[in-house]
Amino acid sequence: MRENIWKNIKRGFKANKLAIAGAVMIVALALISIFAFLYPVDPNAISATERLMGPSLAHPFGTDDMGRDYLARCIYGGRASLLVGFLSMILSTALGVLVGSVSGFVGGAPDAVLMRLVDALMSLPTFLIMIVMNAFLKPGLQNIVLIIGFLTWMNIARIVRGETISLNEREYVIYARISGQKKRATILHHILPNIMPTIIVAATMNIANAILMESALSFFGLGIQPPTASWGSMLSNAQRYIQQAPYLAVFPGLLILVTVISFNYLGEVLRKVFEPK
Amino acid sequence: MKKIINRLIQCILTLFIVSVLCFALTKAAPGDPVLTYVEPNMSEEYIQNLRESLGLTKPLYEQYFLWLGRIFHGNFGNSLMNNRPVLTQMLERLPATVILMGTSMVLGFLIAVVLGLYSGKNRNGLLDKITSLFCYVGISIPTFWFGIMLIYLFSVHLHILPSIGMHSDGDRSFGDLVLHMIMPCAVLTFANASQYIRYLRSSTITEMSSDYVMVQTAYGMKDSGILFRHVLKNAMLPMITVLGMSLQSLVSGAIITEQVFAWPGIGQLAVTAVMQYDYPLIMGITMLTALLVVAGNLLADVLYAVFDPRIRKAS
Repeated sequence: MRENIWKNIKRGFKANKLAIAGAVMIVALALISIFAFLYPVDPNAISATERLMGPSLAHPFGTDDMGRDYLARCIYGGRASLLVGFLSMILSTALGVLVGSVSGFVGGAPDAVLMRLVDALMSLPTFLIMIVMNAFLKPGLQNIVLIIGFLTWMNIARIVRGETISLNEREYVIYARISGQKKRATILHHILPNIMPTIIVAATMNIANAILMESALSFFGLGIQPPTASWGSMLSNAQRYIQQAPYLAVFPGLLILVTVISFNYLGEVLRKVFEPK
Repeated sequence: MKKIINRLIQCILTLFIVSVLCFALTKAAPGDPVLTYVEPNMSEEYIQNLRESLGLTKPLYEQYFLWLGRIFHGNFGNSLMNNRPVLTQMLERLPATVILMGTSMVLGFLIAVVLGLYSGKNRNGLLDKITSLFCYVGISIPTFWFGIMLIYLFSVHLHILPSIGMHSDGDRSFGDLVLHMIMPCAVLTFANASQYIRYLRSSTITEMSSDYVMVQTAYGMKDSGILFRHVLKNAMLPMITVLGMSLQSLVSGAIITEQVFAWPGIGQLAVTAVMQYDYPLIMGITMLTALLVVAGNLLADVLYAVFDPRIRKAS
């Protein structure tokens, strides 16, 4: 099974050169975030004499209104954005898979109740609730991950439930059921491994969404708090200096766009790869 | 029938969750609400009486139902910022948001019909590829960044469009409004269109491969005739659900865009309310949006049944 997945992915990438570009982009961004310390400039070091200087050799992305090196801030900002995206994806995927697989496997009343709950949560005005919740909790990395995670798992739950129900009819699942295997063991050993492709696709798209949400919240000053850099908060600062230093807005915005597009595209390609022919 | 009951349960559940969230919010809010009424020369006993007459000594669930009852009568309370009724403030801001969102929804829809149908019909053609790139950018671009870039280009650099607000000082003409609307509308239309196109394209592809299209092609009917007379109608059906879901965005969907362009609508009001910790106002906007979400979903279901005979017959 696993070998099969890898073979399929390889074939998908061979057929689609843009997918390779997306994947390379994501790997590069991840590596840059992990090895951020190799760029030996402090992203929070203030310099009164070097305010709002355009891109130069000393500062490839220029400096911001406090004279901080903008490339360093972009690197560390990306680290924050990717971390939030990744962590909230883990949380929402875990929740979604748990609710979806239990709901689909157990069926009956618990399924009905859980799915009505999912429907209700899905029709909440998400972004409004997010800014409201964020304003009341202390803004910061931990809360932002919790909020995004808890408000975005419903989609995954729905997809996982659908797949689980279709697997319920398979012989090996029926066999596990009637031979008295524990429900938890059946879900873990027979259901989840077989819906892994679907989960991977949903999780990939989920990261893209989480990164967009984080940047929007930080743009409102409700996300990652200064002086820690994040792409969203850098943009809200950049809007103030749009006349003197437009490059301040260009770099973080382009980085968000490229990151989110890469994840979305990768998700789409994976979906096509895993689709039954 | 079972579907209708399910739907109603879901609506009530949604409203219930939102209302409990809202109510919990006020209760979790720091500060004693009675203090806004207290004056220095009031006795302790009087304050206690006041507390009782405001219903603050009653158990929480009872307070919740009282609050809910007031909302059903359109009484959302007064704003903490300026002590004006929440409902009045929301109604004042509503037209600006509806104009902006309504225009961009209609424009987005028109663009989507053209591009979605065309690229669904000519799959993998050049225009389909360009459209698909357009959609990827549209769903991936942070709207606030797109807005800032437009402001830089057209207001700061070229000086041809006003950067913020809805009207110039003292100018209430339609032309002036349109000028102010171009950029925020472009941002929202781009986002809407890219979403709609994805739905329309995929449903067009499904419809094109269905039997009735093949039969008509076999009988020598023109492609354009099939496309506009039959495929369009059927491909449009899923759009009802999509548009129903976006009804709530008529009120709250433009939060980010309104903020960037200082557009005086409900989204901006919501952000101000949150920043000022104005609980009654926050609750009012959240409840109003939730109501519209529910209404939009219901409306979509009803319309779906009206336009799709298969569903009508099934139930």
